[in-house]
Amino acid sequence: MARIRKIIPGVDSKLLIKDAAKLMPEASRRGFLRGAASLGALAFLTGCDIIDGDSAEGVLRKVSEFNDGAQAALFSRAKLAPAFPESAITRPFPFNAYYGEDEAPVVDGASFKLEVAGRVDNKKPWTLDELHALPEVSQITRHVCVEGWSAIGSWQGTSLADFLKRIGADTRAKYVWFKCAEGYTNTIDMATALHPQTQMSFKFDNQILPRAYGFPMKIRIPTKLGFKNPKYVVAMEVTNTDKSGYWENQGYNWFSGL
Amino acid sequence: MSVQAIARRTDSTVAIHPAWVRVTHWINALAILVMIGSGWQIYNASPLFSFVFPRGIALGQWLGGALLWHFAAMWLLVINGLIYVALGFITGRFRRKLWPIEPREVLADAKAALTFKLSHDDLAHYNAVQKLLYTGVLLAGVSLVLSGLAIWKPVQFQELTALFGGYDFARYVHFAAMAAIVGFLVVHVSLALVVPKSLRAMIAGK
Repeated sequence: MARIRKIIPGVDSKLLIKDAAKLMPEASRRGFLRGAASLGALAFLTGCDIIDGDSAEGVLRKVSEFNDGAQAALFSRAKLAPAFPESAITRPFPFNAYYGEDEAPVVDGASFKLEVAGRVDNKKPWTLDELHALPEVSQITRHVCVEGWSAIGSWQGTSLADFLKRIGADTRAKYVWFKCAEGYTNTIDMATALHPQTQMSFKFDNQILPRAYGFPMKIRIPTKLGFKNPKYVVAMEVTNTDKSGYWENQGYNWFSGL
Repeated sequence: MSVQAIARRTDSTVAIHPAWVRVTHWINALAILVMIGSGWQIYNASPLFSFVFPRGIALGQWLGGALLWHFAAMWLLVINGLIYVALGFITGRFRRKLWPIEPREVLADAKAALTFKLSHDDLAHYNAVQKLLYTGVLLAGVSLVLSGLAIWKPVQFQELTALFGGYDFARYVHFAAMAAIVGFLVVHVSLALVVPKSLRAMIAGK
């Protein structure tokens, strides 16, 4: 992975440092299991204080892992996310990240190269022109945020499954890991990577992705929650090691399938 | 004497509430409190209305913690609920206790309840208002679980999501079902405290 850690062309290094500082979980997020009135009732009912400690958090994380398995079992590669007409597109489509829109990474398209690593035959980096020349697919689907809101967007790009075949990826590997310009990371299961609607998106609503929506490349996965749809993607790795991701490390469910 | 009659007699002489009712009732109470508390925290991340729930009564500290609680207690609620509903039908308890609901009796019993003239001598027998509320809360529970599934899996269970009017509308249904259950809980818990022997019956059976 050393080759991915080197300075990535087209990435503003000042922004990278600024965003790295934000990777620290908020203090309030630690010990998120404590201190709530309904917990008092729970302690009363069970007659013991199971909430206030690492054991409860450990149990909850185990159940979350169990839920990963349950969702993987529910997931069907043949089941397509519902498609919508153009008139249903949410305008303006919301910007969403753990930073403000003016702090979003600025990637220089001219010097950008998508790094490809791990269990693939051809690790040649891809320029934006080369990526744009790949066969185009399009979708108008619902983006569902972990927070609960949703918005309908229109994305164009190339099929991730086709791209993985093109670079000779070992599709029996378990995961595909993505790294983004601002340091955001994300891992998805191979079944989802091979889903027909999983897309390497270069356009939103038929226009080259604006900075807010993830220029130069977003991974659009209509079968997963929004935070599993990384923007500003600069590298991907096909791997058997779960490298987890930015939000998953803080407690969001890993699979987060829809 | 019919099987039902024997069962009824056994029920009322041995225990007002059989053990399976009491066990599933308290597991459900625990699961629903966790679901509601964590659900409020999840709601706060993207409120449907112009209010949020005070942090002090919401469970999980932040969205990620609340989601862990919600999707853990979900299993407890659904598995326990399925056992309860299955036994409710198999043992004939639903039919015996909750059926039929006569509108005239509901009105008469509601009037009696509001004037504090409703009898609680026989806890094994539900009055018409109780029948209506218990049936109503069961239906609210079913809507709550189904609308929850529709929100959780709007792709895999997209037919269900469509049945609830799409993803965004299903969130309102989920909220409304929660509100109905909270409303029920306020009345239910208040009355259990007003008639303490009903609370004892749900714990000890008699």
